Amino acid sequence: MSELTLTVMRLGFLAVLWLFVIVAVQVIRSDLFGTRVTQRGARRGADRPQQTAARQGQAPPPQRQQQSGGRGRRGAPTKLVVTEGTLTGTTVALQGQTITLGRAHDSTIVLDDDYASSRHARIYPDQNGQWIVEDLGSTNGTYLDRSRLTTPTPISLGAPIRIGKTVIELRK
Amino acid sequence: MSSTSNSPTHHTSTIGAIGAPSRRNTELALLVFAVLIPVFAYANVGLAINDEVPAGLLSYGLGLGLLAGVGHLVVRKFAPYADPLLLPLATLLNGLGLVAIWRLDQSELLQSIKQAGTAAPRQLMYTAMGIALFVAVMIFLKDHRVLQRYTYISMVTALFLLLLPLVPGLGKNIYGAKIWIQVGSFSIQPGEFAKIVLAIFFAGYLMVKRDALALASRRFMGLYLPRGRDLGPILVVWMVSILILVFETDLGTSLLFFGMFVIMLYVATERTSWIVFGLLMSAVGAVGVATFEPHIQQRVDAWLDPMREYTLSRAGQVGHSEQAMQALWAFGSGGTLGTGWGQGHSELIRFAANSDFILATFGEELGLAGLMALLLLYALIVERGVRTALAARDPFGKLLAIGLSGAFALQVFVVAGGVMGLIPLTGMTMPFLAYGGSSVIANWALIGILLRISDTARRPAPSAPANPDAEMTQVVRP
Repeated sequence: MSELTLTVMRLGFLAVLWLFVIVAVQVIRSDLFGTRVTQRGARRGADRPQQTAARQGQAPPPQRQQQSGGRGRRGAPTKLVVTEGTLTGTTVALQGQTITLGRAHDSTIVLDDDYASSRHARIYPDQNGQWIVEDLGSTNGTYLDRSRLTTPTPISLGAPIRIGKTVIELRK
Repeated sequence: MSSTSNSPTHHTSTIGAIGAPSRRNTELALLVFAVLIPVFAYANVGLAINDEVPAGLLSYGLGLGLLAGVGHLVVRKFAPYADPLLLPLATLLNGLGLVAIWRLDQSELLQSIKQAGTAAPRQLMYTAMGIALFVAVMIFLKDHRVLQRYTYISMVTALFLLLLPLVPGLGKNIYGAKIWIQVGSFSIQPGEFAKIVLAIFFAGYLMVKRDALALASRRFMGLYLPRGRDLGPILVVWMVSILILVFETDLGTSLLFFGMFVIMLYVATERTSWIVFGLLMSAVGAVGVATFEPHIQQRVDAWLDPMREYTLSRAGQVGHSEQAMQALWAFGSGGTLGTGWGQGHSELIRFAANSDFILATFGEELGLAGLMALLLLYALIVERGVRTALAARDPFGKLLAIGLSGAFALQVFVVAGGVMGLIPLTGMTMPFLAYGGSSVIANWALIGILLRISDTARRPAPSAPANPDAEMTQVVRP
């Protein structure tokens, strides 16, 4: 085999090896800039209330429709943000799924907080796409603004929900 | 768990689980790439050594491709949201290892001392067994949290595996290190498997105890000093690793287990003091044992002055080896771009040229440029493991992923550092690259568990089964 061919193969192999590394890094570039997943989640979250509103548009309570109709189109929350506590900065995209909070390991948001119960509260959309927070019989209670929850209560945008040392809120 | 509880800056750690695409097609494309690179290298070796494309090209290429394909299909079926990079990276490293082993098989010098000749087909068989175990992990381990139930069984199993080489008649002393057992014609390195089992035990144990370990501490000189009784577990693990060092005379295994525990302890408690304690304790232990254990002492001597070992060995003095110096020369003669596949002389390392010292072959034939790419491939595997730990929602999965990727990283560091003369040489093997059944099989299982955790972490939450009691619930509006 001629010297030239072997040199070309040698350099070619190194180039191919590095190409693989670069391609692999490209695959995980979302780790560095991390926007894609969030955008996708946000778009779906915005679509969902419309669909549900349309599907159940036959017989909604008239008074509700005005309020939540506007909410569903423009003011619907798209994500849940933890604003205080050890998980500060964590966001979860709202896509019509129930979000459970607590110390249990299978919770959507696992709270690392001595004041939280294992199944503390859940946040879910009702039939009109309005997000509701419900206390699941926790020991230390769930607070919306300043009042302790006794019944499932609708959440308005930006209202702080406090569980122990953790505060979360819904945002657009 | 982020540690920014009292800092005002809001860092955004988006939980990537929701809406994450499965990315299986990306994995497939990378996998094809990862199989083609070793095929290229294999053809290159044949052209350089024998002036012809090797006859086994098709069978090796197809063999590796088939194994990778099986792995991919199983992941597609059983863990559709798993990380797209881990499988291709492991496949590429395994394939390159196969090529390097085959290349050393061609060396007449190594054949003459029965160090090589038929290693590559056996390594391909070990790879097949590794993939089989990987498939078994994927199919039977539906949820990694099941492993949590076996916390203390894992501890017993790990200790059993670690102590196995000390059983008379079963353990085998290969050139000073007693980390092997002999079963029939196979020799097994139980430590490789103990690594995984031990990670399960540490994860289960620390998950329960971490609050006590993290909170009950006094602050002293900027460090959180744990209470005396909380030092118990780290002392026990330290003692066990010292015992391994004394009785099995293997620095690598000992360092691996202690290091893995310290990493997991740090991640579980967020206390820097554990790292300081860990480094102090391992330094004290290693130096202490090295003063009276002749085998370790010899390794340290070879590390500090490899040239002296080399000349003594050349002069025919028994008990000295020229490997370390030959490995350094191999790296040196490789230079920046290497000599090219099959054109180096790394067979001069002789003993263990295709296992412990395989990195020297890569260093010589691919040069610094190739070696850096290889180390980056390892770094990417570790990064994906850590990323999996970040995305995992349960503390057990987090700790297990950190433990496994930490152990992987430590092993790469210990072996690469040893071969390059940064730290004393130990008897461990480079994951996936080096010849050796235990290592390849255990590391495929490790990748399997990491993929399982990452599948659980990235899987989108099941779409809301529209609350069954939603109608019954009365909503009171303010």
